[in-house]
Amino acid sequence: MLTQAVRRLFVAVPTLLCIIAGAFFLMHAAPGGPFTKERQMPPEIERRLEHQYGLDLPVGEQLQRYVGGLLRGDLGPSMVYKDKTVADILAEGAPTSAVLGLGAMTLALLLGGGLGVVAAVRQNKAQDYAVMALAIVGVCLPPLVIGPLMQLLFGIQWGVLPTSGLYRDEFRLGYLVLPVITLSLPLVAIISRLMRASMIEALRSNAVRTARAKGLPEAQVIWRHALPVAMLPVISYAGPALAGAMAGSFVVETVFQLPGIGKQFVLAAGQRDYTLVMGVVLVYSVLIIVFNLLADLAYRVLDPRTRTP
Amino acid sequence: MNVGGSRRNVLLGAGVLGAAATFGGCTNSRVIGFDKERRSLDICNQGEPLSLDPHKVQGTWENNIVGNMFVGLTTENAKAEPVAGMAESWETSGDGLTWTFALRRANWSDGEACDAHDFEFAFRRILNPENGSVYAPLLYPIKNAEAAFTQRVSPEDIGVRALDDRTLEINLEYATPYLPQLLKHYTTFPVPKHRVAMYGDAWIKPENIAVNGPYILRKWWSNYIVHIERNPAFYDADNVVLEHLYYYPSNDVQATARRVQAGEAGWSTRFPSNQVETLRRDLPGFPRVSPYLSCNYFSFNTRRAPFNDVRVRHALSMAYEREFVAAQIYRTGELPAYSFLPPGIFNYPGSARYKWAGTPIAERRREAERLLRAAGFGPNNPLRFEFSHRSSSDNPRVAVAVQNHWLAIAPWVSVELRGLEAQVQYANLRASNFDVGDGAWVGDFNDAKNFLFLHETRTGAQNYSGYSNPEYDRLMRESDFEADAAKRGEIMSRAEQMMLDDAPVCMSVFINSTNLVHPDLTGYEDNLEDIHRARWFGIRV
Repeated sequence: MLTQAVRRLFVAVPTLLCIIAGAFFLMHAAPGGPFTKERQMPPEIERRLEHQYGLDLPVGEQLQRYVGGLLRGDLGPSMVYKDKTVADILAEGAPTSAVLGLGAMTLALLLGGGLGVVAAVRQNKAQDYAVMALAIVGVCLPPLVIGPLMQLLFGIQWGVLPTSGLYRDEFRLGYLVLPVITLSLPLVAIISRLMRASMIEALRSNAVRTARAKGLPEAQVIWRHALPVAMLPVISYAGPALAGAMAGSFVVETVFQLPGIGKQFVLAAGQRDYTLVMGVVLVYSVLIIVFNLLADLAYRVLDPRTRTP
Repeated sequence: MNVGGSRRNVLLGAGVLGAAATFGGCTNSRVIGFDKERRSLDICNQGEPLSLDPHKVQGTWENNIVGNMFVGLTTENAKAEPVAGMAESWETSGDGLTWTFALRRANWSDGEACDAHDFEFAFRRILNPENGSVYAPLLYPIKNAEAAFTQRVSPEDIGVRALDDRTLEINLEYATPYLPQLLKHYTTFPVPKHRVAMYGDAWIKPENIAVNGPYILRKWWSNYIVHIERNPAFYDADNVVLEHLYYYPSNDVQATARRVQAGEAGWSTRFPSNQVETLRRDLPGFPRVSPYLSCNYFSFNTRRAPFNDVRVRHALSMAYEREFVAAQIYRTGELPAYSFLPPGIFNYPGSARYKWAGTPIAERRREAERLLRAAGFGPNNPLRFEFSHRSSSDNPRVAVAVQNHWLAIAPWVSVELRGLEAQVQYANLRASNFDVGDGAWVGDFNDAKNFLFLHETRTGAQNYSGYSNPEYDRLMRESDFEADAAKRGEIMSRAEQMMLDDAPVCMSVFINSTNLVHPDLTGYEDNLEDIHRARWFGIRV
């Protein structure tokens, strides 16, 4: 298991390099630059700034310099936020996105997983239809709709929950409820459908039939024998999905005014803040690689078939 | 592991887990956006400050914060008119070229004296091109400012000198009757030279900063919050009521309105104009609409055929039904624009108009067709061009309207629309890569010059239309050397009329500023510049 993990991490290095180069060239291919504004800059100042940030060099050389900086652990200065570096901005935003993403994924696994099990066990009965209808609604209504709707209902109409994501500059549980639910609903929907399908399959498997034949109580059959196997597709989905959730959601962070990196990413792309965009892409790629790896490792723990004695 | 017997229990277990996860969070106390007891105000401010260093700032939303932290020689009253700030009084020489300011005794927030040397240092810093200040050209009326910024002389040689600790002398290139307006702009704020010497550009971080204004920076969390707190060392601190100000960058105007509605913000510096009716009903007393120091206009690329023909430019300007756009697309009483400058400019007659401004639209449309035919267009030679516009806020809807108005001239006119991100649009305008393009200008201070310079030949890339009229340039130059404010306004008004007669731009509307303000917040007054300094705010009990 360890050797496989190490091998995977080695493969990750060229993957990361490809992602960096791809994002770098795409970013620089977009028209306009970080200093294009309604008010024009004196040309001498624009030249000076471009020189300061190395934007006057050929793109290939810029990439080389950027990667060189990365190797020294330097993500560079932000090209738009003049008083901050990319590392400063990521350090400010990443914890919020991580808390939000982890919260949403936990909720989604518990709620979606639970609902999926219910639907599978009660296949083709009222509960099943109810859960699946809910899942369809969850997939069809994007956070852009659900978020403001919940703000209106819970925040303004009934006044039971705050409409913003933080208490000024503090984390407080009540403030995270609406954003976490909003971010998790699509995940709940997908996970409950995945869970239902794989649970149904697991319940029909020979292992479960054997367990039942041995006279084990139904609960034990489900919790101990069917669930671990049924979890596998959910886990391979949840790995990358968690990376996505933790890298921040532009919509949720904007609607609930949260200081995460998802919002930073979209704003930075619009402002052509090359270094900041690259920084977030890097965080996201690392998360994807790590969580994919973790998902695979979890697979090995859960699936008896992949276990080597 | 022994889990209870039946299938029912399994379901129960799953359900409880789900429910626990859903309702696990409990409610905490709410943020009160206008907390009268704590004397705090939460403010939805349009954008994230890209910097808080007055020498690097360039947006109105940054000015909203920075202007509460620093005070220049003059400063704004509640109506945004220039009043004495760090300067208690000033004298002007007969020719208007030398201004001498007597400074008040005041300290930085760290106890060091804030004196004339800090101002001298600040002017040299912003005019030193090494520091890459985008806004420095605003200071070109100061002697040698342009020469220093373009590296022809040293920043030491600019016309700003500390005669002693409390006397500052400013020498000008030409008479600048609007100097008191200019000196309340953030480009002229002092910076604490002892702090800049110690920390370099990082002096602006909350842990390093010193301010001379009513509020000091406490926390700045990117794209989320800027917290400033009352500065007890401010010279007029006794009259500053609010203790804490929290600024949130709120690009999403809808979310902003909901936040004010939920009581979590006491002031929003913008609201969506098409929601004004709902907001007036749901939040009575909150919506504030006021004329704004800005103009929206479409530039014709006069370097290209057919827009090098004044008849074509007038035809298209005439056929545009501004009243419709002002009333139907913007909903807060915006004015249709028939001149380049919005009404309400200081010392300016504001009488320039398109010659045909009073003609009814039907007649204008017929005249437009006649002009286009005279310019050689018709069924056999159709007029085709592209209208590029910013794809943000109301601009796409304005674009569709103006397209329709132009198509209504004749069936042989065809207009293609091209919506672009604002940044790309401005890049194209500057590179003269457009046929007809929309853009906007927001004045930096209340003076006609700050608008009309856009059409001077020497302005270069920012003169999007490429308008070049030696007579116009001469009049603008002449106005620089006219010390009498009324005469100066008259000259610039002649220049504006000349420009409108040449129609290098098609004026659109004068947009209004929109704010949501808690009715119990006193000291907030509507004004043309949409600048509201918190030191004048109070609480109605």
